[in-house]
Amino acid sequence: MSDVAERVKKIVVEHLGVEESKVTEDASFIDDLGADSLDTVELVMAFEEEFGCEIPDDAAEKIVTVKDAINFIQENT
Amino acid sequence: MFDLTGRVALVTGASGGIGGAIARALHQRGAKVALSGTRREALDSLAAEMGEGTAVLPCALDDAKAVAALPGQVSEALGGFDILVNNAGLTRDNLAMRMKDEDWDQVMAVNLTAAFRLSRAALKPLMKNRWGRIIGITSIVGVTGNPGQTNYAASKAGMIGFSKSLAGEVATRGITVNCVAPGFIETAMTDVLNDEQKERMLASIPAGRLGSPQDVAAACVYLASDEAGYMTGQTLHVNGGMAMI
Ligand SMILES: NC(=O)c1ccc[n+]([C@@H]2O[C@H](COP(=O)([O-])OP(=O)(O)OC[C@H]3O[C@@H](n4cnc5c(N)ncnc54)[C@H](OP(=O)(O)O)[C@@H]3O)[C@@H](O)[C@H]2O)c1
Repeated sequence: MSDVAERVKKIVVEHLGVEESKVTEDASFIDDLGADSLDTVELVMAFEEEFGCEIPDDAAEKIVTVKDAINFIQENT
Repeated sequence: MFDLTGRVALVTGASGGIGGAIARALHQRGAKVALSGTRREALDSLAAEMGEGTAVLPCALDDAKAVAALPGQVSEALGGFDILVNNAGLTRDNLAMRMKDEDWDQVMAVNLTAAFRLSRAALKPLMKNRWGRIIGITSIVGVTGNPGQTNYAASKAGMIGFSKSLAGEVATRGITVNCVAPGFIETAMTDVLNDEQKERMLASIPAGRLGSPQDVAAACVYLASDEAGYMTGQTLHVNGGMAMI
């Protein structure tokens, strides 16, 4: 597992208070991990801080699953 | 009670009567206060009077870019951001049938749109803190209506609806969003009324006097405090009984 993937999953676990085993790459933040829409905004903020990148609103809207987040960050950092 | 030590506040319209009083009151309770407005000199002299723990951040609120940058400047200057007071406002009164588009647009831009944009930008640090206060200075006429002020009353009613909606969005994050609705307060804004108009207003105020900017500031201190943590989506009416809502 790449370093980015590990760091993303760690943030998701900490932020949503879910078990690590549930945070698979295909897991959807809202449908599988119990996030509400405000949680997804906060997750994006946390990713931005962790990876020192900016995630524009239109890109943020497309980040639905853990894998979406990992891919975006890998492509943009 | 109402100790604001360690908090950082931004007050827009701090160069005006009510904004100046709000800035002083928050500062007296221990908050650091960023003072915004367009008249730099007025802001500078207020800051000089208030002393340590202030920053002067001029900003034209009808300039979207400048507005978006303002919250970041607050954090940079004062090391955080906890309390936003959307106080700046203006009137361009006329009968609706005679009102120009510019007068409608300008009032909406400064009184309502700027408050939304500032709140949006301020929410990032507030969400991170898991604590925040957003206070909008609306007006009695946003609730009662007032002939000659369709634009102003709409902007102030808009601020109340905006605040209630936002309050619901961020309540779980320790952020409260409330309004203070002044009645008739003695400032430059009401100085333009003639004596006869003032007399008529006075007759409708059970308290028998005009309000002072300090009366409004006291409500803001309460809403900004930890003690008001369970108060959200509300409007506090500070009007001497002029309208009992
Ligand atoms: N006075 C009352 O009886 C009363 C009653 C109900 C509600 N209110 C509300 O209370 C608030 C404060 O009013 P006030 O009585 O203290 O009036 P004021 O003395 O005229 O102050 C208005 C403030 O708004 C700022 N402002 C206006 N246009 C701006 C712009 N385009 N960009 C940035 N800042 C701008 C002014 O800054 P600059 O002068 O530096 O440009 C000034 O500091 C307003 O929202 C008003 O609607 C007042």
